[in-house]
Amino acid sequence: MGLIRRHPALVPLLLLAPGLTWLFSFYLAPNIQMFASSFWNGTLESGFSFSLANWVNYPNALGTYQVQYVRSIQYGFAATVLCFAIAFPLAYFIAFKAGRARNALLFIVVAPFFTSYLLRTIGWRTILGDDSIILGPLKSIGLVDPSARFLDTPFSVIAGIAYNFVPFMILPIYVSLEKIDRRLLEAAQDLYASSWGAFRRVTLPLAIPGIFAGSLLTFIPAIGDFINAELLGNPGTTMIGNVIQRQFLVVRDYPTAAALSFMLMVLILAGVALYARLLGTEELTSKAI
Amino acid sequence: MRVINRALGWVSSRFLAAYAGLALLYLMLPIITIALFSFNDPVGRSNYSWASFTFDNWLTLFRDPTLVKAVGTSLRIALVSTIIATTIGTLMAMALVRYRFRFRKAIDLFVFLPLATPEIVLGASLLTLFVTLQIPLGELTLILAHVMFNVSYVVVTMKARLAGFDMRLEEAAADLGATPWQTFWRVTFPLILPGIAASAVLAFGLSLDDFVITRFNAGQVQTFPVYIYLKVQKGIPPQVNAFATLFFVATVSLVAIGALLQRRRANLKP
Repeated sequence: MGLIRRHPALVPLLLLAPGLTWLFSFYLAPNIQMFASSFWNGTLESGFSFSLANWVNYPNALGTYQVQYVRSIQYGFAATVLCFAIAFPLAYFIAFKAGRARNALLFIVVAPFFTSYLLRTIGWRTILGDDSIILGPLKSIGLVDPSARFLDTPFSVIAGIAYNFVPFMILPIYVSLEKIDRRLLEAAQDLYASSWGAFRRVTLPLAIPGIFAGSLLTFIPAIGDFINAELLGNPGTTMIGNVIQRQFLVVRDYPTAAALSFMLMVLILAGVALYARLLGTEELTSKAI
Repeated sequence: MRVINRALGWVSSRFLAAYAGLALLYLMLPIITIALFSFNDPVGRSNYSWASFTFDNWLTLFRDPTLVKAVGTSLRIALVSTIIATTIGTLMAMALVRYRFRFRKAIDLFVFLPLATPEIVLGASLLTLFVTLQIPLGELTLILAHVMFNVSYVVVTMKARLAGFDMRLEEAAADLGATPWQTFWRVTFPLILPGIAASAVLAFGLSLDDFVITRFNAGQVQTFPVYIYLKVQKGIPPQVNAFATLFFVATVSLVAIGALLQRRRANLKP
């Protein structure tokens, strides 16, 4: 206690020390190690050796798995767009029209997080199955083509990803809409803006930070995901996440896997940096939840 | 013109309500499915299509010892990692919200980075570290990993809670002669306790459900999600659905009780 009283500047340092130590040891150090591992060659049995000449791991890995990279970006993008289409009207409804039910509805938004991620995804196998409780009746009344298949297609993978990450889109948009000063909308009306005009020129611009944060928070987990492609897809829907996990856990080709992960990480950090340039870091770090 | 506008407004607000209702249903659909299929008596090994209603799965919840062990392991790891992550995360959030010091912004961004890193990269990079340092994979490595990703979530949640804290309450305590230690335990801590509880529930849930990072660093240890994953090919026993439903109901009740307590406290204030 005496030391702290004499040096009050030490207080924040002491408060930060345990957390920072943990993050340095188990977030920063592993990433540095992974970067180093991408310059290895050899196998788990014969041992790995480090050499800068192994930079060729990068073009080699990229050349072999280019298809999966491109597919991950496409699926991630499609899922993010889908999330936005689902999230924006819902967030708008909760922020402006839900009244006292607001907290209950927000609770439903986060409710999926309280059940197992794997089981939720497997749940879609039941729902999208060829003769499922939902598709069966729709097919028998002719609303859906009886020979149509949804499961084990790119559609089911993208829909599964969108489902799993849509709360990350809803919450930031909701926060930015909820913060809007209602008097601005009244002012717009007083100045004879139509309700569409007020929406387009007041509400939407003020919601942009939330939309950006939501898109980033959805896109990041989406392109790294492998569960949906594995449980809801077919061999032709393999994403980069599937490759990385296979290389690490089955093939045990650590150098290639490390190079692949590192490139994924750089891709995402570039996105975060771009965001920080455009909208500032406070906005993102305070909107995450 | 006005009539048309009104009519359009009425139609669009109904449309919005219907759309929101459908979106909420979409969010709930898999959860309902999971709960429903805990009462299914599946034909064969896979529990994907509805056969007939039964309570058996709930009565034989503990039948598979591997499943029971996996649930126990998950709960143990979640408990330990939540306690550690909530403690060190709360301390970090206090430093970041209340003090101005060099590199504050940089540290703020650094704490956020694990949330912006795909889980697969977090899991894979930890694995390379543990392999290089020859640390055997198991419950210990899982706790280290779970605390790591939970700290960031706790910091972000607590920062939002602490930002609205009325510092005058602490000043008042100090003016009335309380030591910093007394001020913390009698004024600050009770006020931030709901935030700490909310962070802890979040961390516990995230740890219990984590699969990706766990898969990379579990070695031979089976947690509840790892058990499910390993059973996908052979067919998931319906008891898994019962456990998942149980966890869901428990968490929802916990959150609801918390909300009620907070409301009651708010009502007690003059």
